Amino acid sequence: MLSAAGDVPGERAREGRAADAHAGEESARLGAAALEASLRQRLDAGARAWLDGALADARRAAATGPEPAADAAPGARRPLPAWELAFAAAGRHCRAAATGAAPAPAPVPEAADAARVLLLHAARPDTGTLTRLYTRGSAAERRAVLVALPWLPVDDDGVPLVEDALRANDTRLVAAAVGPYAAARLGAHAWRQAILKCLFTGVPVTAVAGLAERAAGDAELARMLRDYAAERAAAGRPVPDDLHHVLALTETHAGNGTDAAPHEETRS
Amino acid sequence: MRIFDPHIHMTSRTTDDYAAMHASGVRALVEPSFWLGQPRTAPETFYDYFDALLGWEPFRAAQHGIAHHCTLALNPKEANDPRCLPVLDELPRYLVKDSVVAVGEIGYDSMTPAEDEALAAQLQLAADHGLPALVHTPHRDKAAGLARTVDAVRESALDPSWVLLDHLNETTVAAAADSGSWLGFSIYPDTKMDEHRMVRVLRAYPWLMDRVLVNSAADWGNSDPLKTRAVADAMLTDGFTEDDVDRVLWRNPVAFYGLSGRLDLDVAPPEATHEGNSLLRGGE
Repeated sequence: MLSAAGDVPGERAREGRAADAHAGEESARLGAAALEASLRQRLDAGARAWLDGALADARRAAATGPEPAADAAPGARRPLPAWELAFAAAGRHCRAAATGAAPAPAPVPEAADAARVLLLHAARPDTGTLTRLYTRGSAAERRAVLVALPWLPVDDDGVPLVEDALRANDTRLVAAAVGPYAAARLGAHAWRQAILKCLFTGVPVTAVAGLAERAAGDAELARMLRDYAAERAAAGRPVPDDLHHVLALTETHAGNGTDAAPHEETRS
Repeated sequence: MRIFDPHIHMTSRTTDDYAAMHASGVRALVEPSFWLGQPRTAPETFYDYFDALLGWEPFRAAQHGIAHHCTLALNPKEANDPRCLPVLDELPRYLVKDSVVAVGEIGYDSMTPAEDEALAAQLQLAADHGLPALVHTPHRDKAAGLARTVDAVRESALDPSWVLLDHLNETTVAAAADSGSWLGFSIYPDTKMDEHRMVRVLRAYPWLMDRVLVNSAADWGNSDPLKTRAVADAMLTDGFTEDDVDRVLWRNPVAFYGLSGRLDLDVAPPEATHEGNSLLRGGE
């Protein structure tokens, strides 16, 4: 699964946010550069040209700041900013580089996800725009917003979007919601419910960023897992392998610089 | 046998229907936005509905190996309620989405001036967005409604060959064919058309075979999501070839909705399934 993981480790969020902002931007820039390089290799020439134009539009939008509230004037038919149009249309423009085997270039869903994340990183939308892109986005657009959150200067403003996705039953949305942004900012109760939901709906826990760090020493999560296992056993149904894996993680001692307790104190 | 149902309201159907459709050969469908039975009173309820057609329903369909696309519009019935008209202003934000392959269903219900305006505005939106249009013909006063629909298309910026006239029957097929548009037939258990009447129409107008689409239009009423397969079987029984069936039930809808440039018929089922259980309702 596409992920902007690895660049915003959970423990960093526990450090001073202001002091951290510059380092966060730098790691986002490096992550985006790597993602763009790998995406370009997979696109055909036409799609690469489209990506260049779309990213240029997005950077221009970042430089000029947000447009006046487009939704403020009902009845006014304001054209979408060019980069938002590209964000919506990424799926039909991201065509695979010809392999010889495929006669016609086909859309590549994963490539479209990557393109959308790059557009968000380049456009740096404010919270209002980002929230609108999510709430009025297709499932694919919502996934991209969630995956991009660690790379955007949104502080805690993206948490309601993560919480919305965790209420969904679309497993691809749930998987996109439990990335490094959730690991760093989700409160203890919501995070434990997210883990349980992954087990419930079959989202592999490999999708969960910072799992080992946050699960370590979490006695309440362990209790929830054991209760869930008991319920499954009572129903004569198998217990998911991932449950045993997470349960084992809860039994590791918090420490090694990844103490779970601060999450409890600061965010629950 | 591969089947493309070009008009079906899956939001009104159960997961069992998806499974049965796949078992019958359905591999792709288009879900037009429509009236929900209970009239809506605010634009926001349309947007939530559009979001479902762009999110939840494609997810449900993908779990059953069916490619899901949609058409979006303000439907004719609710175009008569001024409280719903702001939807027309918000539609451009939705018509750019990847899985929107037409504007629809638009057309006439009671043939009012409000319906005239909504139809004209949305034919223009289709032209502006490089999309074809799915145009419903009225169930009451159908022949007169079709004539007025054809006039509206002719007066619009959209070429008739980018329009699918739907819910046709024996009395309207000739006039619809003269317009140069695509011809849609909804096959119902009791009303509209049935599969045997459909076969007779194909026999009577063999030169229209390249422009005919057949759909179940299944919704919350007395309808059957397997009627596309019933038509395929009736065609074969009547002596049509496998290639004829493939043309009417697959290649024609692919050609019509393919005008959008947005059809993606590769279905990638979500990786995560709940122990093979097909509906991930989050409460198994």
